[in-house]
Amino acid sequence: MSNKINFSKFFNIANIISLLVVIISILFLFFKGLNYGVDFKGGTLLEIRIENKNIQIQDIRASLDIPELGDVNVKQFGVEGDFLIKFEKNANENEKFITDLKNDISKKINSAVNFRRVETVGPKVSRELLKQGITAIVLALGAMLFYIWIRFEWQFSLGAIIALIHDVVITLGIFSILSFEVNLSIVAAVLTIVGYSMNDTVVIFDRIRENLLKYSKIKTNEITDISVNETLSRTVITSLTTLLALFSIFILGGEILKGFSFAMILGVIIGTYSSIYVASPVLNYFKVTQKTLLKDDGI
Amino acid sequence: MLSFTKIKVLSIYLVIALGVFFASLNLKTNNLINKQVNLGLDLQGGSYILLEIDTKPLVNQKLQTKVIPIKKLLNKNAINFNDFTISLNNISFLIEKEEQKKFKNLFFKQQENLINSFIPEYNKFELDLKLSENKASIQFSDFGLVSLNNSALKQSIEIIRRRIDDVGTKEPTILQRGDKRILVELPGIDNPERIKELLGKTAQLTFRLVSKDDGFGSEKLILSENNEELIVSKRIVINGDNLIDAQPQFDNQSNQPLVRFNLDRLGAQKFGRITTDNVGSRLAIVLDNSVISAPNIREAITGGTGTISGGFSFQEATDLALLLRSGALPAPINIVEERTVGPDLGKDSIDAGIFSLIVGFILVIIFMFVKYRIFGLVSNISLIANLFMMVGILTILEATLTLPGIAGIILTVGMAVDSNVLIYERIKEELKTEKSIIHAFDTGYNKAKITVIDANVTTLIAAAILFIFGSGPVKGFAVTLGIGIVTTLFSAYFVARHLTSVIVLKDKEGKYFKLK
Repeated sequence: MSNKINFSKFFNIANIISLLVVIISILFLFFKGLNYGVDFKGGTLLEIRIENKNIQIQDIRASLDIPELGDVNVKQFGVEGDFLIKFEKNANENEKFITDLKNDISKKINSAVNFRRVETVGPKVSRELLKQGITAIVLALGAMLFYIWIRFEWQFSLGAIIALIHDVVITLGIFSILSFEVNLSIVAAVLTIVGYSMNDTVVIFDRIRENLLKYSKIKTNEITDISVNETLSRTVITSLTTLLALFSIFILGGEILKGFSFAMILGVIIGTYSSIYVASPVLNYFKVTQKTLLKDDGI
Repeated sequence: MLSFTKIKVLSIYLVIALGVFFASLNLKTNNLINKQVNLGLDLQGGSYILLEIDTKPLVNQKLQTKVIPIKKLLNKNAINFNDFTISLNNISFLIEKEEQKKFKNLFFKQQENLINSFIPEYNKFELDLKLSENKASIQFSDFGLVSLNNSALKQSIEIIRRRIDDVGTKEPTILQRGDKRILVELPGIDNPERIKELLGKTAQLTFRLVSKDDGFGSEKLILSENNEELIVSKRIVINGDNLIDAQPQFDNQSNQPLVRFNLDRLGAQKFGRITTDNVGSRLAIVLDNSVISAPNIREAITGGTGTISGGFSFQEATDLALLLRSGALPAPINIVEERTVGPDLGKDSIDAGIFSLIVGFILVIIFMFVKYRIFGLVSNISLIANLFMMVGILTILEATLTLPGIAGIILTVGMAVDSNVLIYERIKEELKTEKSIIHAFDTGYNKAKITVIDANVTTLIAAAILFIFGSGPVKGFAVTLGIGIVTTLFSAYFVARHLTSVIVLKDKEGKYFKLK
């Protein structure tokens, strides 16, 4: 690494920015909340394809002016003629409901309607799915905390977990700000982000530990600086190849994977940033030195 | 780290060959080894339906059946009682303090107890008895409820299986989920609505007489054909249990679709007796609290067969016959979750998924080649081996590939190179201080090992949690991600390392590679 970047110089300013963004995200999550999909809110989702391409979105909205559906949301989905319809009513209460609705829509807009996807989740199941999703994320964070604590020292563990919470909160905060839908696949994305960001942090931590053992005279913040620099090209290259794969899914993988890959792209970028600017400074704040490692014969 | 014994090299390439072999099984069907990756419902189209059984009515129904035996027991043993009442989940009556003990002993008798059966597997009784000042109160014990619930669930699964098999869908999956739910997966069906209708119906069939006076022991029901309100006796002449067969037919005269049914011996006897005694009355045929038809009894029917006509279409008659043949569900069942994907969307998803996989793969390969040249090539070869092994393992496990699962493979492609990048970057550093190339490679691989393992364990933890908590398509993502980590470690530490060692040992001067 010929041109060394003085990362620790930016640690303070970066931490202030991170803190601000986290606070803004929390405020959004708290006051605006997340736009939950049918998985977590209950209700019905229909993906339809209409043969007659002249049909506009307002025609479909008009055809769905049925009070018992509750709040109806229609949007264009991918190619022309494909629409996504969401409404509050749980279509499971009446087995014929979907068939009737299908006939009703195609009569009103006077075109054949192809139901490509139907998802209906009852209120009880949606509550359970939400609870499961939250449990899974919390458990993943806990497992990471535990793993790093065993492999390193508690200061590392704390640094890693702060970085992870930072990533998860900001990713969800952005989803809240943009009102993007949060469904089961977003939970999967968040868990993968947790794994990825952790992966990134561990690589830097490993190097910091190695360097701490190698140099006893150098100050902690210089050690982190050296370590981040030494691993920098790996950090950048891996993020790039992962992003190449993710952008390929985002652009070419179809509408269903859009939300998932978008969350992952955000997560990889934020996770890469946080490994350097959030996880590593924590070690400085706690003044982690060679002694910290040698105290209990740390591996 | 650069020396490989012959047997080791052979094993490495054998593993890859096995991966290629198993992966290739997916290219055509009917192989000698019948293993293939299954496509998830989101890729091949089909329905995922989660049903929940509602045992509340069943508890009440079962409690009703206890009323007469309890009264009989009390009378037989000359125990005085008063105010016998039954509510939704509780039977109570007034009983003198002195007689309570006597009743209690009878109620909890271990042998030949027709009222309160003993459940050996829990070592507990089905019913609980609470005695107070002058009152006895009977309800189901927790164990009684569990055993009632379990048997109802098992029976429901059996009946649902019969109904689905009767419709003739290919390879349905019917599984118990938790203690109240049944998961039904129907790949490739084009009309889930019909199946949903068949699943949701309790199909409790009863034959009852229509009575003239509206009073105790009768109820008002609607005749579905013309919305006529009928007063129907609560006494059941025969019910669906007495049916041994039901088939849809056309009426000889009117050519209307109808359902012909056959009764068992007991049912035929009862049916014969009632129809003989009640010529001229109307007989209501009641399905799930609505009257399908209520024909006049013109003559005694003693043959044990009859027909139900109710202005059906042929499809309706077929479905009714199917429901009657498969039997009634012991308790009502509700659909609590449904996900259906049409076959054309599934096809589109596969196409988009595979296309983005290929593009992502090519981009990563080009990137690695540009960045690392000959070692990029090594990394790319190991990446291809990685892909084959992944698909091979998925095939051996006959795992289900879903759309998020394909995303997991693409993500693995992006992340798999990480191990090689870690190692190469490390080697580059070593080369700065180390003169001997072989030494630099050796220490590079050694030092990167711990980091590579640490980094992959974290992703593996995330995949494991996702596998435990995820459902359906998301689980497919966890599977490919998890398998991808294992194959990645193998391909980085065995395949790529071996190829690297071949190059390094041949080219000690470092002509071919400049890792800077």
